[in-house]
Amino acid sequence: MSILVDDETRVVVQGITGGEGKFHAEQMMEYGTNVVAGAVPGKGGQEAAGVPVYDTVRGAAREEDADAAVVFVPPAFAADALFEALDSPVDLVVAITEGIPQQDMASVYKRLKETDTELIGPNCPGIITPGEAKLGILPGNIFSEGNVGLVSRSGTLTYQVVDNLTQRGIGQTTAVGIGGDPIIGTDFVDALEHFEADPETKAVVMCGEIGGEDEEDAARYISQYMDTPVAGFIAGRTAPPGKRMGHAGAIVSGSGTGTAQSKIDALNDAGVPVGDTPNEVADHIEEFL
Amino acid sequence: MKLHEYQAKGVFADAGIPTPASQLAETADEAVAAADDIGYPVAIKAQVQVGGRGKAGGIELVESADEAREAAERIIGMDLKGLHVDSVLVEEAVDFVNELYIGVTMDRGEGKPVAMVSTKGGVDIEEVAAENPEAIAREHVDPAFGLHPYQARRAVYEAGVDRDVAGDVASVLTTLYSLWDDRDATETEINPLMVTSDDEVIAADAVMNIDEDALFRHPDLAEMEEETAEDELEAKANEYGFDYVRLEGNVGIIGNGAGLVMTTLDLVDYYGGEPANFLDIGGGAKAERVANALDMVFSDENVDSVVFNIFGGITRGDEVAKGINAALEQFDEIPKPVVVRLAGTNAEEGMEILNTELVEVQETLEDAVQRAVARAEEVDQ
Repeated sequence: MSILVDDETRVVVQGITGGEGKFHAEQMMEYGTNVVAGAVPGKGGQEAAGVPVYDTVRGAAREEDADAAVVFVPPAFAADALFEALDSPVDLVVAITEGIPQQDMASVYKRLKETDTELIGPNCPGIITPGEAKLGILPGNIFSEGNVGLVSRSGTLTYQVVDNLTQRGIGQTTAVGIGGDPIIGTDFVDALEHFEADPETKAVVMCGEIGGEDEEDAARYISQYMDTPVAGFIAGRTAPPGKRMGHAGAIVSGSGTGTAQSKIDALNDAGVPVGDTPNEVADHIEEFL
Repeated sequence: MKLHEYQAKGVFADAGIPTPASQLAETADEAVAAADDIGYPVAIKAQVQVGGRGKAGGIELVESADEAREAAERIIGMDLKGLHVDSVLVEEAVDFVNELYIGVTMDRGEGKPVAMVSTKGGVDIEEVAAENPEAIAREHVDPAFGLHPYQARRAVYEAGVDRDVAGDVASVLTTLYSLWDDRDATETEINPLMVTSDDEVIAADAVMNIDEDALFRHPDLAEMEEETAEDELEAKANEYGFDYVRLEGNVGIIGNGAGLVMTTLDLVDYYGGEPANFLDIGGGAKAERVANALDMVFSDENVDSVVFNIFGGITRGDEVAKGINAALEQFDEIPKPVVVRLAGTNAEEGMEILNTELVEVQETLEDAVQRAVARAEEVDQ
């Protein structure tokens, strides 16, 4: 079992004729992902990465039964590509694009809430169900099949923690990188809900970071609704207030909200142990299993 | 990107929001001439992109030319919360009876813009929000429709703004939202919006933060962007296009991906060291970029050792190794010890290429960080 994606998922890659789109479409297929089509306006009828390209996502969904889209479209055109995916429709959209303007995302978010589609990202590494399918840019070889779910705001931190798990023989059901932007689709609570409902997932790792209040919301959700144990990690304990640490959302505001400590406290209060190092997170997960 | 007060006031005034008479001055002479022109009393206000200027001594009310000169000489060139003051805004002092707060920002949790009004203007609004949240009236905005006039009125009345000026305040709030929307702002704010004894409203301050990811749509605003780097290293980081933050410690940190770099900082702290910087080379960095990153960290004289932490996804270990070699092979003697940890995509290829005579290699993140902390301590002694 897994959440959101498996070997049945039929994927259309938006932007498949671009450098990134083509490279990662091939990587996804090599991993075993069922990439069935590409969608690039004006390139319909061509072939890229060995699959047919359509002018529209709707065309790809109709002709190839695609039910998920992965978006590798440059930031200036990305919101339009997301609207198109939502309107096609597909069940799942994974937006890899970094640097989409916030107001564009606010409009996309509003539309998203009117649909049944799930959006992962933007500015995220994607989602992977080890041994079945990956939608995005995650390096498949570090993941292994198993029964631990993982949700993270940061791509490379996901890799680090997964590596710590895999090295100890702890495999994963699904790992989701939700992205570090201020406005994202699926958030911690959404992902945790999926993991809670998945009978195969026996424990969950949640990797957060400074900025916003998503981790605090997740802590409330965990204490009220989750039976599956969760272990946490929060990046940015040493971040000074007012300085943006890379991710658009990773900033401790001047009034002190969004600090690592407030998130760690909220998680601890919800019974979630938070590791001081990625290795300690793996220790906690080991204890749960 | 944060606009200076004078730039934001210009944008606000062009949109029809009333602002006090003002002139920008870069020298004390210019400030006195401006003050004479506007008429006393005037406020002399440091133009730096940071909040709390008044408390930090960056704003002074003056009554005469002598006082204006004295204030301008003190403020121009001063160091305000780590930023150098290059210019002052000389501004008509508004005789007010009330100070309001109005603003528009993005509510991350809701994924929507929110318009706000408070009668507790003139102070740090974040303190008001923390201590007395009901003192701020809020209206969430559907981005497809914008801020309806009724919503602006509702916020103004619910905040308890005097009815004599409520209509004008609502109108300024509507304009503020339009600017937020049209100019891809992440924040527009007037604090204080002053109310005069004649029931006029005037924007005595102006805050406008623009979404840097949207600057491609706003060439006029992009032109206003200036280097606000606090030191030479941050200027260099801008030039190289790195996400870089300088910190107080002595362990230089280079990595890929914000979350992993932050984690590396935290681990340096955890193992008893002090991080000297946050430096994210980003995804898919080529050898030259990696070499630039080392150059940056080496040029920070506080740095005693460097830890290089790469977990490749898009980034390839062989490219990283080439960059490290290229950066180090130009030295007869490596300026500071470098500890490298390479994992993920093409890490094995990278390890084969990496000149391990020049760097120390560690397998795990934890080991790499501990070694870098230890090496920094050796250098320090």
